[in-house]
Amino acid sequence: MTNSAERSVGHLVHRLRSGVGWSRPHRGAVAHPTSSGPPSASLVVVGAGPAGLAAALTAADRGVRVVLLDAGAQAGGQFYRQPAAALKARRPQALHHAWGTWKKLRDRLAAHVDAGRITHLTDRHVWFVEREFEEGRFGVHALLGPRQAESQTVTADAVLLATGGYEKVLPFPGWTLPGVVTAGGAQAMLKGGLVLPGRTAVVAGTGPLLMPVAAGLAAAGAEVAAYVESTHPADFVRHTATLAGNPAKVAEAARYAAQLLWHKVPVTVRHTVVAAHGTDRVEAVTVAALDTHGRVRPGTGRRIACDTLAVGHGMLAHTDLAETLGCAIDATGDAFVVTDAEQRTDVDGVWAAGEATGIGGAVLALAEGEIAGHSIAARMTGVELRPADWATAARTRTRLRKFFAALDDAYVPPAHWAEQVADDTVVCRCEEVTAAEVREAVEELGATDLRTVKLLTRAGMGWCQGRVCAPGVAGIAGCPAGPAKRPFARPVPLSVLAQEPERP
Amino acid sequence: MKRKTPLELAAAQPGPAHVVTVDGREIAALPGQTVAAVLWSAGITSWRSTRGSGAPRGIFCGIGVCYDCLVTVNDRPNQRACLVPAVSGDAIRTQEGVGHDELG
Ligand SMILES: Cc1cc2nc3c(=O)[nH]c(=O)nc-3n(C[C@H](O)[C@H](O)[C@H](O)COP(=O)(O)OP(=O)(O)OC[C@H]3O[C@@H](n4cnc5c(N)ncnc54)[C@H](O)[C@@H]3O)c2cc1C
Ligand code: FES
Repeated sequence: MTNSAERSVGHLVHRLRSGVGWSRPHRGAVAHPTSSGPPSASLVVVGAGPAGLAAALTAADRGVRVVLLDAGAQAGGQFYRQPAAALKARRPQALHHAWGTWKKLRDRLAAHVDAGRITHLTDRHVWFVEREFEEGRFGVHALLGPRQAESQTVTADAVLLATGGYEKVLPFPGWTLPGVVTAGGAQAMLKGGLVLPGRTAVVAGTGPLLMPVAAGLAAAGAEVAAYVESTHPADFVRHTATLAGNPAKVAEAARYAAQLLWHKVPVTVRHTVVAAHGTDRVEAVTVAALDTHGRVRPGTGRRIACDTLAVGHGMLAHTDLAETLGCAIDATGDAFVVTDAEQRTDVDGVWAAGEATGIGGAVLALAEGEIAGHSIAARMTGVELRPADWATAARTRTRLRKFFAALDDAYVPPAHWAEQVADDTVVCRCEEVTAAEVREAVEELGATDLRTVKLLTRAGMGWCQGRVCAPGVAGIAGCPAGPAKRPFARPVPLSVLAQEPERP
Repeated sequence: MKRKTPLELAAAQPGPAHVVTVDGREIAALPGQTVAAVLWSAGITSWRSTRGSGAPRGIFCGIGVCYDCLVTVNDRPNQRACLVPAVSGDAIRTQEGVGHDELG
């Protein structure tokens, strides 16, 4: 590391700790989202998934100038992930649900972009959002993809975080083998690149996402040798009333179930994956039955040959940008950004919507984004706040939050999953920390929290900064995951940090 | 029942394939696909080995979060194959270990 880079990093870290921003403008390139003049965005939306799109469109409809930033090459986020344009898919809707909604969003976005009300910047990986960047405005710093060697900054009076989430996978022997992929990841590769990881897949874990993934893989030509869900339909009985209040959601599930039936996918409930086998890639998995307490029933193991395991144990919210902004995070369970009835965080000028604020699917993300858009427009243009404008969205939000709370209660990983993790199983994929090392940190070295486990074992210190391993390591250590402390939302090249100005 | 391919399902009509190399070997790549999608299409699911135990890795999260899919593209190491589009003539090299040197 060069001296000047070291100094800059030191200053940056100091600034982060003290929560103070630069008062001087940035020496490096400041993005000019439009060729005519300085970046005058009033609102920067981070994330062009359902939540960010709904917010950007609603705010732009009401006269707010918006810059929409996303890491992806196209709008849509995870749910409306599009095949790469050059693949010229004439029937992309074959891999999608609710295509009509997407078409409307897409057309509205195009109209706003044409009219200059929304600037849509793609391939922007936001690594840091800074308060008090320039004349009290926010500075949104983004690495330019795909090279990520250069950073650009957009200034804003308000920021909406609509960064969505990613999938949680708990460790089991063999989960690091190539061919073992997250269920959502298999779906993302399929929707975006029109590719399959192999011919014969097992889809396993828990949660509503597994259904569209299994149906999607089967429709695209994979043989789905087993669909393995660890919960049992009986676990939903106590939520019958909530489910009945959401007929559209129940119909959606029924549609997926029919597709699984049509593709002759064998469905097994109250079973779990206990191991994936193979040397250079997955060749088979062992699944076993669970008792009603969530323990594997001895002697029930069954080996299924496959070359792909798509696995997921629920979703986690992206909270990193909100954390460094100082927004309140609820980390009593899986962490999420706390918002009020208007989708405002507790930091002035920062809104959040969609899965960053709690997992609940695309329709909830759309409703939250719309509410945020109304709130932002009213607050920024000084017009009277009219909650009646978003009454329908608010009702949808109430209903779906209740629905997903019920799902969340039922779709839980097997209670005793950690017992199945053999000592030599890698639990932190980046740093290759094993379950034995985590257990030793707790049992012999006396660690009682994740931070100490991390310092003793290096679990969570690799490239992904603990995003992937935190729930697994915490489960094996028997301590809560707690809030993560990451200086940046993305690894940042030192050359980029070195460009940052020093403090006066 | 004849199984569809993903390209058939989406009625994709990409232009002619271009060529990239993987450790010197030529493979066909469809325009628009990421490096990871190109490798999967060629039946390759592992393209790096870990620093510690030398274990093989490829795609895991598929969306840029996990950094398991790191690969060297045109002499730039540590590129996330799931995000980087493959460009005609790209020299893709499998990677042993990861270098932390470049990042802060
Ligand atoms: C891999 C994956 C696949 C999924 N597939 C399905 C499916 O098939 N069916 C289904 O019902 N649900 C699916 N889901 C659930 C899905 O996340 C939600 O239904 C819905 O997309 C949530 O909308 P959102 O707007 O909150 O977030 P998202 O749609 O996740 O959008 C967030 C956007 O923010 C961007 N972003 C995040 N961080 C940054 C950053 N730092 N800088 C720049 N951009 C950033 C991302 O690129 C993304 O485009 C999937 C989830 C995942 C993780
Ligand atoms: S597969 Fe996780 S970053 Fe590429």
